[in-house]
Amino acid sequence: MASMPAVKTISPPTSQADEKYGETKGRLITISIMGKAYEVPAEATIMGAIEYAGHQIIRGAGCREGYCGACATIYRLLGDYKIRTGLACMTLVEEGMTLAQIPYVPAEKAIYDIEKLKPNVSAIEQMYPSVFRCVACNTCTRSCPQGLQVMDYVQAAKRGDIATVMDLSFDCVVCGLCMLRCPAEITQPLMGIMAKRLYGRYLRKDSPELAVRVKAVEEGAYNDEYAELMAMSREALSKRYYARDSE
Amino acid sequence: MYPEYMAESLRKVAQTRPRRLELARKPDPVYPPMNAEERRAVLEGFHPDFEPSARRTVRVGPNRDESLTAEVADLLESHSWLRSEQVNLDKPDFETDLLIIGGGGAGCNAALVAMKEHGMRSIIATKLRMGDSNSMMSQGGMQAAVSRTDSPTRHYLDAIGGGHFENKPELVRALTEDGPGVVKWLEDLGVVWDKEADGSMKVMHGGGTSRKRMLSCRDYTGAMIMRTLMDEVRNHPDMIEVKEFMPAVELIMDNKGRCAGAVLYSMDSEEFFTVKAKSTVVATGGYGRLHIRGFDTTNHYGATGDGLVMAYRAGAKLMYMDSVQYHPTGVSFPEQIAGFLVTEAIRGAGGQPLNKEGELFVFPREPRDVEAAAIIRECVQNGGGIQTPSGRVGVWLDSPLIDMLHGEGYTDKHFPAMYRQFIRYGIDIAKLPMLIYPSLHYQNGGIEINARCETDIPGLYVAGEASGGLHGRNRLMGNSVLDYNVFGRRAGRYAGEYAKTVKLGKLSLAHLDAYEKELADAGVQTSLVTPTLLPSYAPEDVKKRQLLRGANTLPGASVLQNRLHDERVGA
Repeated sequence: MASMPAVKTISPPTSQADEKYGETKGRLITISIMGKAYEVPAEATIMGAIEYAGHQIIRGAGCREGYCGACATIYRLLGDYKIRTGLACMTLVEEGMTLAQIPYVPAEKAIYDIEKLKPNVSAIEQMYPSVFRCVACNTCTRSCPQGLQVMDYVQAAKRGDIATVMDLSFDCVVCGLCMLRCPAEITQPLMGIMAKRLYGRYLRKDSPELAVRVKAVEEGAYNDEYAELMAMSREALSKRYYARDSE
Repeated sequence: MYPEYMAESLRKVAQTRPRRLELARKPDPVYPPMNAEERRAVLEGFHPDFEPSARRTVRVGPNRDESLTAEVADLLESHSWLRSEQVNLDKPDFETDLLIIGGGGAGCNAALVAMKEHGMRSIIATKLRMGDSNSMMSQGGMQAAVSRTDSPTRHYLDAIGGGHFENKPELVRALTEDGPGVVKWLEDLGVVWDKEADGSMKVMHGGGTSRKRMLSCRDYTGAMIMRTLMDEVRNHPDMIEVKEFMPAVELIMDNKGRCAGAVLYSMDSEEFFTVKAKSTVVATGGYGRLHIRGFDTTNHYGATGDGLVMAYRAGAKLMYMDSVQYHPTGVSFPEQIAGFLVTEAIRGAGGQPLNKEGELFVFPREPRDVEAAAIIRECVQNGGGIQTPSGRVGVWLDSPLIDMLHGEGYTDKHFPAMYRQFIRYGIDIAKLPMLIYPSLHYQNGGIEINARCETDIPGLYVAGEASGGLHGRNRLMGNSVLDYNVFGRRAGRYAGEYAKTVKLGKLSLAHLDAYEKELADAGVQTSLVTPTLLPSYAPEDVKKRQLLRGANTLPGASVLQNRLHDERVGA
């Protein structure tokens, strides 16, 4: 260890926020967070900018990497009438941007027993009948920060095509922006979750070896091998480990 | 886009690619894997855990006089938010069978199994929203021995070797033996696994696997599993009550030394509530947001090790809390996503780590600690890294190989999240490599459990990343997703069983006073109040202005003080 003087440099500086914008502090731009102007680093994400402004986010941040949908945000750009949508952790600020986070979209999840549903249009009709209000305006698709073809999966749901709903909604992060913007007031992400579950439960192709393996475990087929491995000395185990073949 | 000065290095990567593609097409490893001696050398020389300042002796509690990760020792040597006399325990605000602290994968599994197997009711109390957890974020997959060429015992050998033979054997057996059953449990709940045309599970390699064992749901594996579990939890509102933005801040004991619930704190109203529970499951996850050694982290916003300190104050022993997992491939550039996870499945699919000359310097699928240390060595000792504009360093992860190996469009189809993350910055990962560096990823150790998820404290169960012993000092890829499913389910089973018979005594928070006294007796001087709950990313000048607020008399007087933990004495 002592012979590695450079090893200290492997740790980056402490403050993520400070360090992240350390180089760009000279380049500040002005944005408006819920109507109040702040100067923030020009290269920041919306989330980074909100925190740079000193806000402690409680609602409106989750995974911070684009998976959880906690940080849905709507914004307008200078001189542009359009309402735009994005995830705060993934969207970069722009000069003159005015924004608000939408950390929660009121919506009622259907309560159901997956074992009592059928993987066809009947489940959609029973649990999410609002889907049939779709006017095919495509606003949902245009508002999706993941770039999903939301309207297409709503249309598939109307046809009872559960496999297509599963495929097209697979990457949905349930930020809720589509259902906020939908003029027909459909709750697309919630319907998508049910459809994925219906696909996984009923429409999947079963794995023959999975059932065999689960049964083997239940019958104790590996008990002896486990007993042998668990009784081995560290040296013997190490030898076995380094000698094992690889696929 | 990459800055102009990296163009020369990128050209070299492209130049060596055809040769490396040939290597990847052969059955032999593209670079010689390390033997035991080589592994030890790179770890001791370059893994951040081995820096002299990485660990220090903790002066209080069940692990007193043990050497722990320094930031963990700081966390444990801290004040509670509460004093026992402040809290009225005579009339609990809520009562339940199981109190589950943490709404990630382990917590949801525990609630479902306690309900299904024992008819027990649960309260899930969670700091942010249900599902705001590292469980949600796992990209690459879950290990489970389901293929014909594999077996649970082979999985055992891989896991225990990856953990340097320090894993608790009974836990590794539980993990690997329950694995196939978990795949089925999740599939029957409606998880859509990636499959081959004949219905068999699609399996890939991960670091340290000797069989292809990584199951996936594109690169949204955690999100798919988590959303399915959450949806099922929400389908049982009569049996499982979810309290969001209500983290636990201390465990409640009874006069027989059993765990009997917790004190919750409302993030919205700053009120405290008491929950009396027959059994308590800590499923609070890890500590990446403590930014150990200043590293960027892949972890979710609430990963501040809350469960560790609560359980420790109550007397639960910790295991392997001297060991930190740095994921080999965190993003180094663009700065906006620095520290973000680049799934190990990229290497599993053929991606290769390269130095600035475009040359391989390590086998791409070493166990995580070895791979991370090798990347650090390449940058620190061999000068093989590329500097970023903000002064970070990184090596290339050559992702364009993946389409060349598996066909055009493969990256797009199988790594949509990764593709999205980079294309926003003008980097098409099917055509250009990613610049990566190790990122703080996982709490290898935790609260020591047995295969029934029991701790030293009757009535206290722990599951998932908050627990310790399963992974030894190094977890393999895909074993954490399996962990939160296997042990979340086990926690629900055994905590549910226990809740059926236990008769609680008088509730007490006396352990907090005892702990405070122990701090004083050990001469610990600190202004830190924990659980930390949330990190603060305000710039230093903003923090200083925030500190002007008065009435920050410690401990536990102000949330604000807690957010300013960087300002604490001795930090």
